[in-house]
Amino acid sequence: MDPVALFTAGGLMLGLGLILSSVLAAANKKLHVFEDPRIDQVEEMLPGANCGACGEAGCRAFAEALVAGRVSPAQCPANEPQNIEAIAHLLGIDAGAQHKRVARLACAGGNNVAASSATYRGVATCRAATLIGGGGKSCAWGCLGFGDCMAVCPFDAIVMNRNALPIVDEDKCTACGACVDACPKNLFSLHPVDHRLWVACKNELRGAEVRRACAVACIGCGLCAKDAAEGLIAIENSLARIDYDKNELASLEAIQRCPTGAIVWLDKEKGPILGEKAIGALAERKAG
Amino acid sequence: MGTATLKKTFSHGIHPPEHKAATVESAITPLPFPPGLVIPLSQHTGAPARPIVEPKQEVARGDKIAEAGGFVSVPMHAPAKSTVAKIGLALTPSGAMTPAIFLKVDLESEQEPPPEADSAASNALTPEELVAAVQETGMVGLGGAAFPTHVKMLVPKGKRVDTVVVNGCECEPYLTTDHRVMLEASEDLFTGVRIALRATQAGCAIIGIETNKPDAIKALAKAAESDSRIRVAPVKTKYPQGAEKMLIKALLKREVPSGGLPIDVNAAVFNVATLAQLGRLLPRKQGLIERVVTVTGPGVERPGNYLVPLGTPVQFLLDHAGMKDTARQVILGGPMMGVAIASLEIPVTKGVSGILVLTDKELAQRPTKVYPCIRCGQCIQACPMFLNPSRLGLLSRKEQYAVMEERYHLNDCFECGCCAYVCPSNIPLVQYMRIAKAVNRERKTAK
Repeated sequence: MDPVALFTAGGLMLGLGLILSSVLAAANKKLHVFEDPRIDQVEEMLPGANCGACGEAGCRAFAEALVAGRVSPAQCPANEPQNIEAIAHLLGIDAGAQHKRVARLACAGGNNVAASSATYRGVATCRAATLIGGGGKSCAWGCLGFGDCMAVCPFDAIVMNRNALPIVDEDKCTACGACVDACPKNLFSLHPVDHRLWVACKNELRGAEVRRACAVACIGCGLCAKDAAEGLIAIENSLARIDYDKNELASLEAIQRCPTGAIVWLDKEKGPILGEKAIGALAERKAG
Repeated sequence: MGTATLKKTFSHGIHPPEHKAATVESAITPLPFPPGLVIPLSQHTGAPARPIVEPKQEVARGDKIAEAGGFVSVPMHAPAKSTVAKIGLALTPSGAMTPAIFLKVDLESEQEPPPEADSAASNALTPEELVAAVQETGMVGLGGAAFPTHVKMLVPKGKRVDTVVVNGCECEPYLTTDHRVMLEASEDLFTGVRIALRATQAGCAIIGIETNKPDAIKALAKAAESDSRIRVAPVKTKYPQGAEKMLIKALLKREVPSGGLPIDVNAAVFNVATLAQLGRLLPRKQGLIERVVTVTGPGVERPGNYLVPLGTPVQFLLDHAGMKDTARQVILGGPMMGVAIASLEIPVTKGVSGILVLTDKELAQRPTKVYPCIRCGQCIQACPMFLNPSRLGLLSRKEQYAVMEERYHLNDCFECGCCAYVCPSNIPLVQYMRIAKAVNRERKTAK
């Protein structure tokens, strides 16, 4: 091998390397973008689920918004209180108030109480079943129970109970709204956790027509509206509707005379509490 | 003109068993009036109709009970002398509850016969007046899509129709309504074709009929001899020959562009049943109050073609035709594109061409286990729209609904079912398309 050629090649590569590295060094100086190091620090303290419940595109976007001062740390509903405090401390801002909201299901018609008019066979999702004659449940509004909401929940906050009805874990739910979008029957909505008085039904038919379909449906009788504080409950489209602007007036009184158990009190520990009359009616139905 | 001899058709498609023998010979028989009728205000494509009657009001047969809710909408008429029971919610085949007029039929008194035809008056109308008159009849496509007929007849500015394509294919297995209508109401059909020709200002009309209906081809070809603008063309018996884009391709050798309408290739397509009804109703200034429905399938004791008052609950019709105890599935429409219903309270609406009742036996034969896609490509060979159902199905399972629409022409799929029919892995491809379309629709309205 010719030693001259070897040195020429080596020298060329060395020269090329020197030129390119100086270009890179210059570009690094010239094109440097400053990024606040606090963004990374804040992001570390966020849950990292990218659920979007804060209204930003994900945890990174929320961290950027925090550092820019557009939002307050408590606007992330999924975060732990100590992390919120730590972020507020790091950025030297007020933590803000965390309004805990949760997803609520407007149906209580599990397959133990709601009738079905047909059997659906096919792709086992609510979305698919809804497209075939509504899914076969007698109530056109009712929960189909295939668990699309459970599958989509990023926090494992929804489990299907033995009657194929989704149960939301208040502690785990961050009100990200994934279930609201997933439910083809639009049964989920996000509510402040202190909205305890709840109408677990969406059926707009009345009386016997509803009862044929489901034992716990709202029949639009209006007894709850009479028993509740003035103006708290109104009947609209044969359904009880609660005015949550007057939520502080809500009490267990309103649910006592409900004949079906469509209006309930959602207790954090005990789950939905039914009125006495409804409990009696359901026990009778079970016995008969 | 006589008939052509060459069998015209389109590329791809399938040929499922026809199952038409049970009802093809049975003449159209009128169904008695049921005690109650349910008239959904939205049984067509477009805006719902607006009710113009009050509860307890008495209405005569043929009275208008709801007016069109816009241009792409049609009015509703009372199918029988009756009293308005209520205006409330009724179940539709889709499973949703929609507003409907409930009628209590006066079964005691005689139902008045339709008025006499006044052909001279309807012949004097200008194309614009004709379109308005067609809307007043409440006519929609009776082939199944229920698209308002007058909208198709109005030719937009800058467009023109040179050929009216009359669809007498009836490629769906089991159904024989169009076949019977062609045999029994050919005079009305030709009146309807002439109305369509006048409204669209088209020069000629071609009636496309599948070769499995030789009697209809022969009868209509003979009748067409008197009018040089109208001719009959036999087309190959193949599914989905009756889809409008396939029929245009077969008869005119023109291809409707992706996302386009027949008008983009200077054609307008009408079903034979639609034009036959229109030919009977328009000269009489009558509204659409009844239609022919094939009631068939192994679950029915007396299969046949019935003339059914619109709004008749499926239960009443099946009681009349005799539903067997073994019946397990009721499908509105044919087995390929029809929808299984979850309740027999659902009324017969303008778009219902057949009721197919299947029994345990047929359901047991149906494979239930779904296997993975083996990339055999049979669905691609079958798809008449030249889509890639295999890829679309996989994307749908991965919830890539936007990609399906943007890159794989999801919206060109008209859910004919060929892909799912040939799939050796039993993948419910049509269902996956429907899911994607439903989600995309929802996302668009949410925006």
